[in-house]
Amino acid sequence: MEMDTNLALLLVLTPFLGFLINVFFGKSLGKTVSGIIGTVAVVISFIVTLVLFDQITSTGKAIEVTLFDWIQISNLKINLGFLLDQLSVLWLLFVTGIGSLIHLYSISYMHDDENMHKFFSYLNLFVFFMITLVIGSNLLVLFIGWEGVGLCSYLLIGFWHKNQDYNDAAKKAFIMNRIGDLGLLIGMFILGYTFKTLDYTELKQTILTIHYEPQIAWNVSIAALCLFIGACGKSAQIPLYTWLPDAMAGPTPVSALIHAATMVTAGIFMITRLNFVFDLATDVQTVIAVIGAITSLVAATIGLVQTDIKKVLAYSTVSQLGLMFLALGFGAYEVAVFHVITHAFFKACLFLGSGSVIHGLHGEQDMRKMGGLRKAMPITFWTMLISSLAISGVPFFSGFFSKDEILLTAFHHSIPLYVVGSVASIMTAFYMFRLMFLTFFKEFRGTEEQKHHLHESGSLITIPLIILAILAAFGGLISLPGHSWLNEYLAPLFTKVAGEEHHLGATEYTLMGVAVLGGLLGILIAYIKYFKQDNVPESDENITGLSKVLYNKYYVDEIYDAVFVQPINVLSKFFRDYIETGLSALVFGLGKVANEIAFQGKRLQSGSIGLYLFVFVLGMCAIISYIFLAQ
Amino acid sequence: MDNILNQIGIENYIFLSVVLFCIGIFGVLYRRNAIIVFMSIEIMLNAVNLLFVAFSTYHQDAQGQVFVFFSMAVAAAEVAVGLAILVSIFRNLGSISIDNLKNLKG
Amino acid sequence: MIHIPDFAHATTVQVIFCFLAFITVITAFLTIFSRNPIHSAIYLVICFFSIAGHYLLLNAQFLAIVHIIVYSGAIMILFLFTIMLMNLNEQRDVHRPRITRLGAIVSFCLIVIVLITIFINSKPIVGEYDSTGEDFQSIKVLGKILLNEYMVPFEFASILLLVAMIGTVLLSKKEKLNK
Repeated sequence: MEMDTNLALLLVLTPFLGFLINVFFGKSLGKTVSGIIGTVAVVISFIVTLVLFDQITSTGKAIEVTLFDWIQISNLKINLGFLLDQLSVLWLLFVTGIGSLIHLYSISYMHDDENMHKFFSYLNLFVFFMITLVIGSNLLVLFIGWEGVGLCSYLLIGFWHKNQDYNDAAKKAFIMNRIGDLGLLIGMFILGYTFKTLDYTELKQTILTIHYEPQIAWNVSIAALCLFIGACGKSAQIPLYTWLPDAMAGPTPVSALIHAATMVTAGIFMITRLNFVFDLATDVQTVIAVIGAITSLVAATIGLVQTDIKKVLAYSTVSQLGLMFLALGFGAYEVAVFHVITHAFFKACLFLGSGSVIHGLHGEQDMRKMGGLRKAMPITFWTMLISSLAISGVPFFSGFFSKDEILLTAFHHSIPLYVVGSVASIMTAFYMFRLMFLTFFKEFRGTEEQKHHLHESGSLITIPLIILAILAAFGGLISLPGHSWLNEYLAPLFTKVAGEEHHLGATEYTLMGVAVLGGLLGILIAYIKYFKQDNVPESDENITGLSKVLYNKYYVDEIYDAVFVQPINVLSKFFRDYIETGLSALVFGLGKVANEIAFQGKRLQSGSIGLYLFVFVLGMCAIISYIFLAQ
Repeated sequence: MDNILNQIGIENYIFLSVVLFCIGIFGVLYRRNAIIVFMSIEIMLNAVNLLFVAFSTYHQDAQGQVFVFFSMAVAAAEVAVGLAILVSIFRNLGSISIDNLKNLKG
Repeated sequence: MIHIPDFAHATTVQVIFCFLAFITVITAFLTIFSRNPIHSAIYLVICFFSIAGHYLLLNAQFLAIVHIIVYSGAIMILFLFTIMLMNLNEQRDVHRPRITRLGAIVSFCLIVIVLITIFINSKPIVGEYDSTGEDFQSIKVLGKILLNEYMVPFEFASILLLVAMIGTVLLSKKEKLNK
């Protein structure tokens, strides 16, 4: 037990230590040293995670660590503790694993930045909060991590804070997240109020044993809905998804780590963690599935016409997250988790690859000014190609298995949602290969000077890419259809019979074939349009019709601006100009009265000692006569 | 030993003290010469001391006299310091009329 | 109630008390009313001597002697020295406005009335006073009390006097011109 506590503390506190060192001494340590410290801190956490993973797979028992009683109110007791079970250790594996790779990558990528130590301290802080989020033993500890990663996300999006647009993007992300956080908080309150506990284990026990009344069922539904709103904010689902594309303002490693692989999956983690709550709220599950499907379709359509390489990937992330929520909505938690893992591999790889491209082009992000990079950057090209094949669902790459599982689940529950998901997948294949063709094939369309400087990135950038590409290629092996290691591993977590194993019959093979054909169709269209016909997306002014709507993201930002931001601004102006003026006058008036009284009182202080003595004697008389004569 | 108060009566001492005390107050209010004001304060102190001694006899207890002893010590210190202050005021202002001391003006 | 002495059958002690009280009150008044501060000081000395007489009458020999030494001996000499140092005389004392004098008289009357009313209201036990015959105020007894029971305050009183001495020296020292 002592050993487990130490391990858990080591796991959590090493990144925090890295953060402290980089914050206080980073500048004097120099860029390389500060980067190495940041990376080593996360690698240590990764090693600890491996130890824990080994322990859990061999014993099959969750490790519970209680540090101390945190809050104790009459009927609510909250510990500060950690729960290391199959789910949290699985999450830790890719958080710290991919985190280590991205830290390594950043040493090279951020080397020209003057605030490199700050970057690494933020990254370490992020890893610390992410670990806290994942291993907390109750919802309140999860909430600490939840808020912490939001804060780090804000800091890192606005990392290049000299650009006001980036600051606005950071603020947007933070505010959108706050809206979701409020939902999470309310959901927590309702759960705590209904079941008198926030601890996962106790909550599960209570929910499984409690006698059901309509009131409790109602509370659970509302709580599940609020928790889902929280997940929407963090995992960028409709209607709170607009912050994620803007979050691409941050440095590319940040996009890879926070906005593709780890933080945005926190919502899926939370729903999976509380699967017993969501299983009771079937209506909410339907809402989740529908919103997930719509998000995946909407984001995919927007992704079709984007020209910024990172924006394409951002919309792709939103779309893939939508697919995960689709699976969650059907109660297929292990499927969603599977897709989270494979998505973390190939999307991190894609982001890091795009970072390598951007690095090679000295900050150019517009795909219209790229092209022909295949020769200059072969490693980047091949790793990105593997990841694109994975995300497009080409057979035997990791994405094929996970996406197929989701679509199969959808097919068994609801045909319309299956169609929506499939269309989104075809679009995914299309825009990913559009990205590949525009970036790596044909002739280079940038300036001569850029062309002259084209080169493959250093080994610190390519090694993480290669590792991630291998994982993207073979990550699907952990959950092969028919024989799923992942499903067995996660089985203790779920109250329902874990993932009714899809019987591999004719229907399943047909569906697989359809999905593969769809993916290939998407790739083919992209090939014809951007390779054969040599099309290049038109410049901003010439975009017309439907693509203009898509290019402008369905004008959602403008609609939000008109519906929410402007009325609030008007209201604020009203309050500032009228209500506040009135209140100020009142307050200042009171101040003036007091001031006037004080000025009059000052005159009494004439400085004449004779008068003072006279008043003093009279007062003495009054006091004495009051004490002795007034009875 | 015969109690002296049997012949005089405690109430006469109280009267005497009250009158002395009031004369002191009157002096403080009436005069503006700081030295005379000081003397008036001494008169008030003595009025109280006298009453202490009278009651000490009344209760046949020495505690009152001890108190008077301490009050004399304090009075001596007070007069010494007070007069030193008066001397320096006189040196600075050239007068010791309390009307000239206006530094307390708000 | 106010006990009016029977002058016809007054005992020696009563006569002495009345005499002393008369001197005390009169000299106290004269202290306040004399124009010349030197005269005031002289009247105050007489007043203090009469109070010492009261102490003797009450058989508090120790206090009477200390009183004469401290007040008439030390304090009054201080007063006289200060007055002479400042070279004060009656011309320097400006006349007070009438309103001030009126106020002083009014408050004097007021406080006399208040105090006497309190005294009348409080109904003290007037009559026979018991005498235990025990010695309680001889110098010997007082000394024992002072140096046993009141040891600590006694020492503090000495520290107070020391501090007062230092303070006085500091205050009356001529300020250095280099300031």
